[in-house]
Amino acid sequence: MAENVKLAIIGGGPAGMAAAIAAREAGVGDIVILERDSELGGILNQCIHNGFGLHTFKEELTGPEYAARYIDRVLGLGIRYETGTMVLSVSENKEITTVSRARGLLVYKADAVILAMGCRERPRGALNIPGTRPQGIYTAGAAQKLVNCDGFIPGREVVILGSGDIGLIMARRMTLEGARVRLVAELMPYSGGLKRNIVQCLDDYGIPLKLSHTVVDIKGKKRLEGVTVAEVDGTGTPVPGTEEYVECDTLLLSCGLIPENELSLTAGVELNPVTNGPFVNDRLETNVPGVFACGNVLHVHDLVDFVSEEAGRAGVAAAKYLSGDGGEAGRILDIVPGAGVRYTVPSTVDAGRCDEAIHVRFRVRDVYRSCSVRVAAKDREIMVKKRRIIVPSEMEDVILKRSALEGVEGPITVEIVGV
Amino acid sequence: MIKNDNRFDVAVIGAGVIGCAVARELTRFTGSVLVLEREGDVCEGTSKANSAIIHGGFDAKPGTLKAKFNVLGNSMMDRISEELDVPFSRIGALVACLSEDDLPKLEELKARGEENGVEGLVILSREEALRLEPGLSDGVYAALFCPSSGIVCPFELTLGFAENAARNGADFRFSHEATAIRREGDGFEITAGGEEFFARAVVNCAGVFADRVRGTVAERDYRITPRRGEYMLLDKRAGNTVSHTVFGVPSKFGKGVLVTPTVHGNLMVGPTAEDIPDPEDTATTAAGLAKVRTMSALTVRGIPYKQVITSFAGLRAHGDAHDFVIREDAEIKGFFEAACIESPGLSSAPAIASHVAKMVKERLALSERADFDPIRRGIPKVASMSDADRARLIKERPEYGQIICRCETVSEGEILDAIRRPLGARTLDGVKRRTRAGMGRCQAGFCSPKVIAILSRELGVPYGEVKKNG
Ligand SMILES: Cc1cc2nc3c(=O)[nH]c(=O)nc-3n(C[C@H](O)[C@H](O)[C@H](O)COP(=O)(O)OP(=O)(O)OC[C@H]3O[C@@H](n4cnc5c(N)ncnc54)[C@H](O)[C@@H]3O)c2cc1C
Ligand SMILES: Cc1cc2nc3c(=O)[nH]c(=O)nc-3n(C[C@H](O)[C@H](O)[C@H](O)COP(=O)(O)OP(=O)(O)OC[C@H]3O[C@@H](n4cnc5c(N)ncnc54)[C@H](O)[C@@H]3O)c2cc1C
Repeated sequence: MAENVKLAIIGGGPAGMAAAIAAREAGVGDIVILERDSELGGILNQCIHNGFGLHTFKEELTGPEYAARYIDRVLGLGIRYETGTMVLSVSENKEITTVSRARGLLVYKADAVILAMGCRERPRGALNIPGTRPQGIYTAGAAQKLVNCDGFIPGREVVILGSGDIGLIMARRMTLEGARVRLVAELMPYSGGLKRNIVQCLDDYGIPLKLSHTVVDIKGKKRLEGVTVAEVDGTGTPVPGTEEYVECDTLLLSCGLIPENELSLTAGVELNPVTNGPFVNDRLETNVPGVFACGNVLHVHDLVDFVSEEAGRAGVAAAKYLSGDGGEAGRILDIVPGAGVRYTVPSTVDAGRCDEAIHVRFRVRDVYRSCSVRVAAKDREIMVKKRRIIVPSEMEDVILKRSALEGVEGPITVEIVGV
Repeated sequence: MIKNDNRFDVAVIGAGVIGCAVARELTRFTGSVLVLEREGDVCEGTSKANSAIIHGGFDAKPGTLKAKFNVLGNSMMDRISEELDVPFSRIGALVACLSEDDLPKLEELKARGEENGVEGLVILSREEALRLEPGLSDGVYAALFCPSSGIVCPFELTLGFAENAARNGADFRFSHEATAIRREGDGFEITAGGEEFFARAVVNCAGVFADRVRGTVAERDYRITPRRGEYMLLDKRAGNTVSHTVFGVPSKFGKGVLVTPTVHGNLMVGPTAEDIPDPEDTATTAAGLAKVRTMSALTVRGIPYKQVITSFAGLRAHGDAHDFVIREDAEIKGFFEAACIESPGLSSAPAIASHVAKMVKERLALSERADFDPIRRGIPKVASMSDADRARLIKERPEYGQIICRCETVSEGEILDAIRRPLGARTLDGVKRRTRAGMGRCQAGFCSPKVIAILSRELGVPYGEVKKNG
């Protein structure tokens, strides 16, 4: 027996909550947020550092404070949410199978679904680091949870592989907890994290960042004893003779996040192999009608503010879908990544019935200086924006006007020019 | 004086698949059984890192113990997996050869297999083989098909034997390394884990350490060389790359690299073969993993190596006589050995165990027990049960509705069961091998803090004392 619901939102992090709030404000009454954790808030609950909400609230909040603002609104609007509820599968006809301690096995039949499951961290195995498999190797996020939520410090002498934001934040966190962070090694010639985090989390504490370096061996049978770090060449291959052994009892991995789309696959959602998130149109709708995606499950964001904004649009789009206000599909144009651009979200836009302003988000392949972001259709240039510097670790966002799309011929290419 | 609690009829050294299977078979008979294990859990040695294939038995030379016990063990697996609730599936195996020149090797394997008593072997042309296994690479010329080959969960198999042995009265002592064995009267005195034990018979099942264990009581008449094999394990999304176990034609370095689905639906590729000095060196190497990649591409195309979730290595206990050593010592009566059990040791375990237990029974004049219970029930798995079963179980036991490991859908109830059952888990790896929590695509990033919390609570120890392995 399935329980009917108009809109089911999978994931109660910032994306799920913002989507729910926007959908309710757009008139959807019957909403349920399904969250496996015991609380709403998602990954923010373990991010006790500040720096959240600068764009949205013009204040610097901690993760839990930022989440609390949205939780308050979810409660204020009387939106139903079920915590401790794991979604096991979503079928193509939007049947959502869940289990929870409190209510056992429960199936929801939804008219629309918003996917907001966030992402996971790339594990060691996926990085192919040879060596032993002792105690003391954690992904940075797992260590963050242990330190911030459970009050357990996993080690004293730390090496961090990867300069993703979580790794940088954890370099500072572990230092504040009295551990010695020996170094941060980054495979690429540039950092994977935000500039401000490098300054505030490494430079301020004198922690060296070794660009173009990686871990090539791990030593220790039961407990980690040390790692070998080596320089890599332009292709990412370790350079013989540059190996350096570093004693440590803890290795933290901050080597990228992978959108968590196993459920999307069960629903028949098609994924973009570049982002590992769904292909979506300008309404953030996947190839399965009535199934929308937003936040880190769609593509990895660096700032939660952009997650909330994006999720709000997904909520509004779902409300429109439910009210039958979608209208006939109009003129669909592809949006494709051009020179220097890895991907775009969305990957199509309906020029006939899109919003006045269309956000196109993307990441670049490399660091580019004094260049321009150019958006062009087959037959004309739509927009050119000069940039002093543009880096892969920061998500880009350009806004296209609906009027600019009138009469253009697709595909629309987003590219970096003048480098 | 040796304490009464430390006096047994039989002492088994080593709680790998062989030691645990022997212990279980021994509990069919009257007589008390002790199992001594140097690590903190069962299945911490070679039995946890291998290809997990229940081989057909065409590879071993006719007349060897390997051939005999492999074929027999294979035929016993259906019943064993039933009795012990162990995932096992006869998916069949293909041995691929890459050119016409190699065809005689397939013919030879087929003839060998038939002499060993393996049924159903056929040589398939490229087209026939492709019909069975569309994932074969373009270079494959022909293949030997062995329908009786299967895949098993090696952890569950070892745990199944161990838990069933414990249930039937075997006494397991962990963190008890046997460091000395002395002949004493009509039996043996054993020093292990700082204690003294007495047993009328000893069975040496110490894996790569078996020659050392023998050395404490008898002349070392065989030598074991650890032969390391490295693997890569891929996400379940890659699990259907092949639907059979695909071998390359064997060479002097063993069976070569194989590509196989696992019983849980992942894809596994490996192993290499490299002789090393250190019997504990299960490190992977860049060269080894690179070799796995290149070798596997010879037989199977399009393996999505981007989806590797972990790599690992295991050590074969390679004996210098190239065969298993399964015997009662000619001079030291009551000292039994199941040593040099390299591949196909997993496949042979049920047959070896039954054979060894009968020898012990004869020596000690034991008799059959009427109350032996062959049945062991595994931990109920929320991930693989029907919705109706899930609903029923969670209603009865709500903790099965609390999912702890998201990738493998493992509930708190399963983890509690793993800790509380006989020979329960004491470490993260112990929980992982019993429940699969942490074995999925995020490799415990998500669930390890939660599992640490549960272990800490259940065992009454602080976080810092919860170990990854024992
Ligand atoms: C460690 C870390 C540090 C960060 N630091 C900053 C920072 O300093 N400043 C900043 O602005 N941004 C930061 N971010 C980015 C920002 O917090 C994230 O982008 C944002 O939290 C993503 O929101 P989300 O809702 O998409 O995902 P999440 O917050 O991950 O939420 C997803 C939710 O879905 C739930 N879920 C998933 N699958 C299921 C299922 N099957 N059933 C039920 N529920 C499910 C999860 O439990 C989770 O609660 C950080 C991110 C991380 C990971
Ligand atoms: C790469 C590889 C691939 C393989 N593939 C297959 C396959 O596909 N099919 C197959 O059938 N077989 C395969 N095998 C072989 C199979 O894994 C082994 O034969 C089997 O696991 C051996 O079990 P065991 O109990 O003898 O050894 P182990 O599992 O190593 O157990 C020995 C135990 O003895 C303990 N011990 C050692 N010394 C002492 C001491 N002094 N006191 C107390 N305890 C001690 C150890 O800690 C260990 O737990 C493979 C092996 C390898 C390495």
